[in-house]
Amino acid sequence: MPIGNLDIILIAVTTASACALPGVFLVLRRMTLMSDAISHAILPGIVLAFFLTHSLSSPLLILAAGATGVLTVVFVELLQKTKLVKEDAAIGLTFPALFSIGVILISRYASNIHLDIDAVLLGELAYAPLNRLEVFIADLNPLLLYVILHIQVQLQGYFSFSFDLGPMSLYVMGVLLVLNLAFIMIFYKELKLATFDASLAATLGLSPVLIHYGLMTLVSMTTVGAFDAVGSILVVALIVGPPATAYLMTDNLTRMLILSVVIGCVNAVIGYWFAYISNVSIAGAIASMTFIVFVLVFLIVPNRGLIAITRRHIRQKWEFAQTMLVIHLFNHEGLPEAEAESEVAHLHEHLQWEPTFASRVVRYALNNRYVSQKAAQLILTDRGRTIAQQALVQ
Amino acid sequence: MDNFLFLTRLDYTLIVVTLGAALLGTVSGALGTYAVLRRQSLLGDAISHAALPGIAIAFLLTGSKTPLILVLGAAVAGWLGALAIISIVRLTRIKYDSALALVLSTFFGFGLVLYSLIQRSGNANQAGLDTFIFGQAATILKRDVITIGILGGIALIIMLILWKELKLLIFDEGFAASLGFPTRLLDILLTSLLVIAIVLGLQAVGAVLMSAMLVAPAVAARQWTNRLNLMVFLAAVFGAFAGVSGTIISSSTTGLPTGPMIILCATLFVGLSIAFAPNRGLIWDSIRQHKNRRSLKIAVGRLMEGPQQESE
Repeated sequence: MPIGNLDIILIAVTTASACALPGVFLVLRRMTLMSDAISHAILPGIVLAFFLTHSLSSPLLILAAGATGVLTVVFVELLQKTKLVKEDAAIGLTFPALFSIGVILISRYASNIHLDIDAVLLGELAYAPLNRLEVFIADLNPLLLYVILHIQVQLQGYFSFSFDLGPMSLYVMGVLLVLNLAFIMIFYKELKLATFDASLAATLGLSPVLIHYGLMTLVSMTTVGAFDAVGSILVVALIVGPPATAYLMTDNLTRMLILSVVIGCVNAVIGYWFAYISNVSIAGAIASMTFIVFVLVFLIVPNRGLIAITRRHIRQKWEFAQTMLVIHLFNHEGLPEAEAESEVAHLHEHLQWEPTFASRVVRYALNNRYVSQKAAQLILTDRGRTIAQQALVQ
Repeated sequence: MDNFLFLTRLDYTLIVVTLGAALLGTVSGALGTYAVLRRQSLLGDAISHAALPGIAIAFLLTGSKTPLILVLGAAVAGWLGALAIISIVRLTRIKYDSALALVLSTFFGFGLVLYSLIQRSGNANQAGLDTFIFGQAATILKRDVITIGILGGIALIIMLILWKELKLLIFDEGFAASLGFPTRLLDILLTSLLVIAIVLGLQAVGAVLMSAMLVAPAVAARQWTNRLNLMVFLAAVFGAFAGVSGTIISSSTTGLPTGPMIILCATLFVGLSIAFAPNRGLIWDSIRQHKNRRSLKIAVGRLMEGPQQESE
């Protein structure tokens, strides 16, 4: 396996983990559309920072774009505060406007400068390892230089003037992952409280506003850091997909956080291998995998999955019909009309069921020993009688 | 003088593009009203992104770049995306916003996979994708204007025929269901009308900005009235004006792309409406507050003075 692939997998896994962590709180706080808004609205920030630095890999770019992201949040909240615009409409107004400004800035002032708008929006993981963090020899102090050169000469057997420390995105996303992890670990209690009971958090003196903006700052920075690798639209898949999938599986916040990271990494690795084998867009394949895994989990997860729900519905349907049957028999038991009412051939008329349905219910009830059959008549067993009595008392 | 120069350049292409943008603004403004009132403003964003794989599949299957076929593919995929969102919300405990964001990004991602497949096979260029994301109003032809006019007209007529039903659906869904209206069917129908408006707009303003074409005119119109019929009408007018003014401004100067200019015009309408609209607007509101405060002061003053005068 060529080393480039390992780099891509590492970047993808780091990016997925860094995105999934704040995503959990966005999903729980019903603010996932904010990540969509931020990922589009940072465009003017990136463009302006690019005008200043003339480089796409400058750390200033991340800061400026992160600031634009927070500004988006402020705009949305200001619009909401006027009480003239609802939250969803406020988001839907803010980010296209900022995005438009970004596109106009590019086409008016930067059409001859190299700022590839596709790269910003779509990203391409395959190119991410090409931008490498390199330390130039002149920057290092002589002793360190001697040690490094010595090791490098011994390891690789050749001499170079710059020293390759690995792909740039890996460092950017690694730092963001550590930041996100630290924020969540330090403010775990506060985040949990503000997410599930904002008013209690406020009465206890925690500032929901502060936590909100802290979270949004992290989301902005993570989005910007990830756009280089996966592009601004697919970042949303990484932020929302794994937490939404994990939300189907657990009720426990800690478990949801861990599951989200694991699912994010699994999506990234499987998506990458699929893209590698069939030679298609890596970021696109990871996003597609996110949806496939979501649907699979939705189908097979115990208790809450579609299969479990459907099976429960079917079981309940037959159980209910059997209960109806024993109640019917119970009501007429020992009365003059009992003989006519408990005739198997005419049961469907009394209970207003389809004949096939009725015969199936009788079969199940016989199997469960709720009733026994004597000639053409159904007779309640003790078990069936208890069930009927319980159902009527309830 | 300079301002009138563009009038002399009112050539055929510009007229066609302006007409297309105006029609588009009318249709999306009117239909967007329903999305905004139902607090589903971002549904348009999701549908427009989810349309990408449809365009790619339509191209892969037919191998043609005829707009009508691509629009059809976009409509089917966008519609499926909207259906996926509705189903996820109904069947799981995932909330509306997460379902929207999930479908939006993953459908788009699948579209990218298909696009990279098309590119690899070498019978298409990247231009298709760029047009999809950013739109290219300049490429609107007379044929496209006719398509927008016919399909948009059909959508608006359906909206007018089902006026009462849709009105009931957006303001009191439970009541509509209790009266025996098929609310789920109406919901899907309303979503389908939105899908039509969105896929028509993809070529002109692109996927990212299409959501604003639905939201901005409706939000602007909302500030001026409390009545649905007036709001739909105003939103259509604002949408048309945004389309026309955006196109003319962008054609009068180089380096101002049409789609973003239309969106900025629509956003400007929102800003002006929020500031100046009577009754609801910010300025009106602050004047009223000022008046209230003054009349309160006078009233308090009288109360304070009243007993004193008596005692004198």
